[in-house]
Amino acid sequence: MLQQIEGSRAVARAVALCRPQVVSTYPISPQTHIIEALGVLVKTGELAPCESINADSEFAAMSMAIGASAAGARAYTATASQGLLFMMEAVFNAAGLGLPIVMTLANRAVGAPINIWNDHSDAMAARDAGWVQLFAETNQEAVDLHVLAFALAEELSVPVMVCMDGFILTHAFEAVDLPDQAQVDELVPPYVPRQVLDVDDPVSIGAMVGPEAFTEVRYLAHARLARALEVIPVLAGRNAGVLGRPAGGLVHPYRTEGARTVVVAMGSVLGTLKDVVDGLRDEGEAVGVLGVSCFRPFPGEAIDRALAGAERVVVVEKAFSTGFGGVLAADVSLALRGRPVPVHTVVAGLGGRPVRAASLRALLLEAMAGGMAPVVFCDLNTEVVDAELGRMAAHRRSGPPAENVLADLGLVAPHGR
Amino acid sequence: MSAPTRSRVRFYQVGSSAVGNRLLGADQRTAQADPDRTNSLTSGHRACQGCGEALGARYVLDAVMRATGGQAVAVNATGCLEVFSTPYPQTSWRLPWLHSLFANAPSVATGVAAALRVQGKADVRVVGQAGDGGTVDIGMGALSGMFERNDDVLFVCYDNEAYMNTGVQRSGATPPAARTATTEAVGAEPGNPFGQGKDMPRIAMAHGIPYVATATVGDLFDLETKVERAMTFHGARYLHVLVPCPLGWGAAPKDTIRLARLAQQTGLFPVFEAEHGEVTGVSPIRRKVPVEQYLRPQRRFAHLFDETGAVAASEVVGRLQAMADRTIARYGLLDAPDGEEGS
Repeated sequence: MLQQIEGSRAVARAVALCRPQVVSTYPISPQTHIIEALGVLVKTGELAPCESINADSEFAAMSMAIGASAAGARAYTATASQGLLFMMEAVFNAAGLGLPIVMTLANRAVGAPINIWNDHSDAMAARDAGWVQLFAETNQEAVDLHVLAFALAEELSVPVMVCMDGFILTHAFEAVDLPDQAQVDELVPPYVPRQVLDVDDPVSIGAMVGPEAFTEVRYLAHARLARALEVIPVLAGRNAGVLGRPAGGLVHPYRTEGARTVVVAMGSVLGTLKDVVDGLRDEGEAVGVLGVSCFRPFPGEAIDRALAGAERVVVVEKAFSTGFGGVLAADVSLALRGRPVPVHTVVAGLGGRPVRAASLRALLLEAMAGGMAPVVFCDLNTEVVDAELGRMAAHRRSGPPAENVLADLGLVAPHGR
Repeated sequence: MSAPTRSRVRFYQVGSSAVGNRLLGADQRTAQADPDRTNSLTSGHRACQGCGEALGARYVLDAVMRATGGQAVAVNATGCLEVFSTPYPQTSWRLPWLHSLFANAPSVATGVAAALRVQGKADVRVVGQAGDGGTVDIGMGALSGMFERNDDVLFVCYDNEAYMNTGVQRSGATPPAARTATTEAVGAEPGNPFGQGKDMPRIAMAHGIPYVATATVGDLFDLETKVERAMTFHGARYLHVLVPCPLGWGAAPKDTIRLARLAQQTGLFPVFEAEHGEVTGVSPIRRKVPVEQYLRPQRRFAHLFDETGAVAASEVVGRLQAMADRTIARYGLLDAPDGEEGS
């Protein structure tokens, strides 16, 4: 039923429909509304049977999910940014143990400087953790991806992270069609673990593995995760049939037919990009958009197919690998398997900076004219950057760069100069 | 304070307060005396000779299994106990056992307990276990959270007073003056500094949890009794067990039990139990032993003695004796209760 609802609350309701049995929670913006709403559903008994635990840290929250999952319960948690990094050891551990935990990541920048607003730095830091990483473009997709995530996780015994842009999606009120319980029960059958702590059939889980078998255990984890590339389209098709709308997938092409330039991106920025591309198409430019819904495992073949006709690729990313460049762009380049197609990286929307249609349009026109550098920072204020570089060249003790930049912008009083 | 209720009858024929099983009725015998015990940590593991932790873990878990009728799950922190018990593809555990990470055993145990409860299996009890590093240092935040939420977990610290698995480095449970690989016996103040370290049992008591107890592998009947007592409570429970480490302490494997007893009889390691934050019983010191008798057999304290075994660092030994005396006074370890023989 369509309803006007905040993204976080829609996700909380979708998660509740999936009947998690243990929910471990720790507050961090911009994820907090999700766990608050779930806490209410558990306390009122609307979500039952379910144990909601107020954890003492994100590290504890993920660890509780690990224990709960290993003991045979469907486990869920949510986090963002610093919280994901604080739990990172347990994030890797959950994947290594093959536990089908589902976690929402309300994407947020990673400090320092501390910043609560949206980008994808947190998700990229967990890229190699062994989780499925799905990115929602809209709140509707965020809801539907959670339904898919529980089924996917339990089918493959792998943890699944559903990424949704912090604030842009989590705090946005828009119309969302929430599935009903019967639909979700059909799509998410009861959890049947492959391994479980059972007093009637005791097993040891989490044994030490040395060089004699570590490669094989890791290979199996890789093979298990890679199977998501086959299973996701199947589940997405089945879910779409039940829900009556597209419900996830590996990639989402938009107006790529005959496109000579294709823009690749993940998350909510795809909406803006589609508007920009619509405008350019109206002007006769052969340009399209490819949304990547599943980032890990990486759907290289699907991306290669979707970009088959492209002569130029522009990857718009809300994160980058410091000292290197685009993360998604590097993966996309590899997916093209040596085809001589230039792949540009546009780093945009860091730390919540609005990604403006006008800026994207200008960059796309620049790229299509063949004049764009391999890595471009959208809307970079070069004046303050140059001022700080100048200070650093002039004085050894130039001070903290973040505070200097804020002073240059007139946002804080200059300190000691 | 009164002595633990179970100490009404004492048998001293083994030179300690341990009770000979043969003199007891079948219902009073230890879990280890039962040929049908679980052997929760069974033979074949890779612990060193004389490992106090292996001994302690076997007694604790077999007592848990007896108390629960075999309905228990163990969650283990990274450390010696985890490494020596589960070299792939073998395991010494005969109960469901989960190892996740070094710092998170209390949280994992909380998750297991929640999962069991939600599945209607609340009769299955959960034990978390870690060494002193996993408990008082890296895992303390998680443990404190588990305590304050009063999660239904018995958490057991096997305290061998340093990071033994990584090669004997100092932890927050390492005693003053002890040599470790990161507090070497060199310089003006050899060994671990005075005035540091955590008293984890008292920190646990400050959470007001239902049950806190200390024990040593020098009195295994007492250890089992405390496990049984702990299992009569629901909510967070903490058991801190002193487990000498021949490797890390530089002691003979045959001296594990003797050193554990000396730790208690010197007053350096108080053996007591507490309920809801209040001490309810202590194991009194029957014959007080000077600390140097405990220190001398351990190479980690060798820098306090000369080649003949005479005390060389009398000021340091004096400070350790003063620590023991303060602990004795705090818990009234020499205040012989009714029917007990004083020092």
